[in-house]
Amino acid sequence: MATLTEAPPPLSPTTPTRKSPRKRGRLTPYWLLLPGLLWLVVFFALPMIYQASTSVQTGSLEEGYKVTWHFATYWDALSAYWPQFLRSVLYAGAATVLCLALGYPLAYLIAFRAGRWRNLIMILVIAPFFTSFLIRTLAWKTILADGGPVVGALNTLHVLDVTSWLGWTAGDRVLATPLAVVCGLTYNFLPFMILPLYSSLERIDGRLHEAAGDLYARPATVFRKVTFPLSMPGVVSGTLLTFIPASGDYVNAELLGSTDTRMIGNVIQTQFLRVLDYPTAAALSFILMAAILFMVTFYIRRSGTEDLV
Amino acid sequence: MRLVNWLKRHFVVIAGLLTLGYLLLPNVVVTVFSFNKPKGRFNYEWQQFSTDAWQDPCGVAGLCGSLSLSLQIAVWATLGATLLGTMIAFALVRYRFRARGAVNSLIFLPMAMPEVVMAASLLTLFLNLGAQLGFWTILIAHIMFCLSFVVTAVKARVMSMDPRLEQAAQDLYAGPAQTFLRVTLPIAAPGIAAGALLAFALSFDDFIITNFNAGSTVTFPMFVWGSAQRGTPVQINVIGTAMFLVAVLLVLTSMVVGNRRNKQKA
Repeated sequence: MATLTEAPPPLSPTTPTRKSPRKRGRLTPYWLLLPGLLWLVVFFALPMIYQASTSVQTGSLEEGYKVTWHFATYWDALSAYWPQFLRSVLYAGAATVLCLALGYPLAYLIAFRAGRWRNLIMILVIAPFFTSFLIRTLAWKTILADGGPVVGALNTLHVLDVTSWLGWTAGDRVLATPLAVVCGLTYNFLPFMILPLYSSLERIDGRLHEAAGDLYARPATVFRKVTFPLSMPGVVSGTLLTFIPASGDYVNAELLGSTDTRMIGNVIQTQFLRVLDYPTAAALSFILMAAILFMVTFYIRRSGTEDLV
Repeated sequence: MRLVNWLKRHFVVIAGLLTLGYLLLPNVVVTVFSFNKPKGRFNYEWQQFSTDAWQDPCGVAGLCGSLSLSLQIAVWATLGATLLGTMIAFALVRYRFRARGAVNSLIFLPMAMPEVVMAASLLTLFLNLGAQLGFWTILIAHIMFCLSFVVTAVKARVMSMDPRLEQAAQDLYAGPAQTFLRVTLPIAAPGIAAGALLAFALSFDDFIITNFNAGSTVTFPMFVWGSAQRGTPVQINVIGTAMFLVAVLLVLTSMVVGNRRNKQKA
C-alpha cells in the first residue's frame, strides 16, 4: 500500500502558511461576489443596455436594424398601446387589492388561530407552487365554463347582470371577460401575498393583543390600531410581489381573456415573437419597466418602509 | 342574531378557509379531470370516468420528453443559482466592503422587474450575439432569475446566525475550512435548502422567460401552453396531480424528519 510510505499529514491545519492573511481577507468578499455578480451583469444588466439601444433603432428585419436615435418609437408605441398599458395597471391593481383582501384573513388564520393545523395549511398554500401554474390556470377555464356551476349560480343570483352593466363581464358569460382575467391573476399571485403577510404577522407579539384588550379595545380596534400597523412591512412587500409580476403577465389574459382584455405583456410578446418588430417591443418593455420602477419608488416612499429593500 | 354573532366571532377562520378553498379549487379540478375521458381534443368538460391517462402518462408525443428536459434544466439551474447565490449571500452578510449598496440593488432589481422585461431584454442580447437558442440559453436565463431569490433566502438565515459560534470553533483550534464545514455550513443549511427549493420550483415552472429564450426547444410549461391551443391531453392533468402529490409528500416527510431531529436534540 502506497499510503504507508507517505509522509504523515500535517498535524494542525491552522498553521498559517499565507504571507499576508489580512490582505487576502480583504479580498475574500470580492472573490465570493465575482461569479454571481458577473452572471447578473452579463445576463441582466447588459441585456438592458442592448434593449435600450434596440429601442432607438430603425430598419427592418431583412435589411437589419441600425441605431438612429429614433426616439419617436417611444411616442408611437405609447400612443398605439396606451389602452393595454392602462388595462395592465387596472387589472394588476384590482388583483392586488383582491389578493390583500383574500390573503389577509388566511395569513392571520395561519399566524394566530391555526394551532396544530398551522403546518398543514402552510403546506396547502405552498404545494400548488410545485404544480405547473399553467395547468392550474387552464383549470379556471373549466371552473368558469359557460354552462358550469359557477356561472349558473352567478346568473341565478343576478350577479352577472350587475357585473355586465359595470363592464366586467359580457352577457351571461365570465370566460373571455375582464372578470376572468382578474380572477386568474388574483389566483396566480395570491401565495406571493400570503407568505410575506404571514411572516410579518408571525413576528407580532401576541401579548400586544392582550394588552390592547385589557385596555378595553374592541377586536376591530385592536386590529386597526395594533395588528394592521405592525403588519405593514408584510402588506408592502406582498402588494409589490403581486402587483409587479401581475402587471407584466400575459398568460392569464391570453388563456382566460379575449382580444379586448389584452395587457401590455401580450403586446410585448406578440411584437417580439410574432411580429418581430424589435424596436417597438423594446420601447414598450422599457416604458413598462420605467412605469413600474416609478410607481414602486413612490409607493415605498409613501408607505414609509424604505428600509424594506 | 345568534348566527350573525357566530359569524362575527369566527370571521377570520371562515374567510381564511374560503381563501384556502379558492387556492386549492384548481388543484381539485385538475385531479378530477385527470380521470376524465374527453370526447374532443380539449379536456374542459366532464364526460366519463376513466383511468386510461393514469395507466399511460407518457402516451402523448413529446410530453414526457418536455418533462425530463424541464427537470434537467431545473436541477442544473438550482445547482448553479444556489452555489452563486450562497456565495453572494455570505459576502453580503459577513463582510463590509465598498459598493455593498450597489450590489444589494443589483440583487434586488431582477425581483422588482416584470418577467417580460427581463425575457425580452435577454432575447435582444442573444439575438445580437447570434447565440443558438435552446438548452443553454434557457439554463443561463433560469440561473439569472433564480439567483436573487436564493441570495434573499440564504441572507435571511445567515443574518440570524450568531457569529460567536464561529469564534468559539476557532478558539477550539478549528481551521477556517473546518469551521466553515462543521459550524457555518450546517447552521446555514436550512436557508440554503429553502433557496434551492425555491429556485427549483421557479425554474421548473417558468414559462414567460423560457418562452422568449427557448427557440424551438420545448420545456414542460411550453408544452402545456402549446396544448392550450392545439388541444389538451388528459395526461397533462395526470402530471399536474402527480406533481402536487409529490410536493405534499416531500414537504410532509421533511417536516417529520425535522420534528424527529428536534426531539432528539431536546
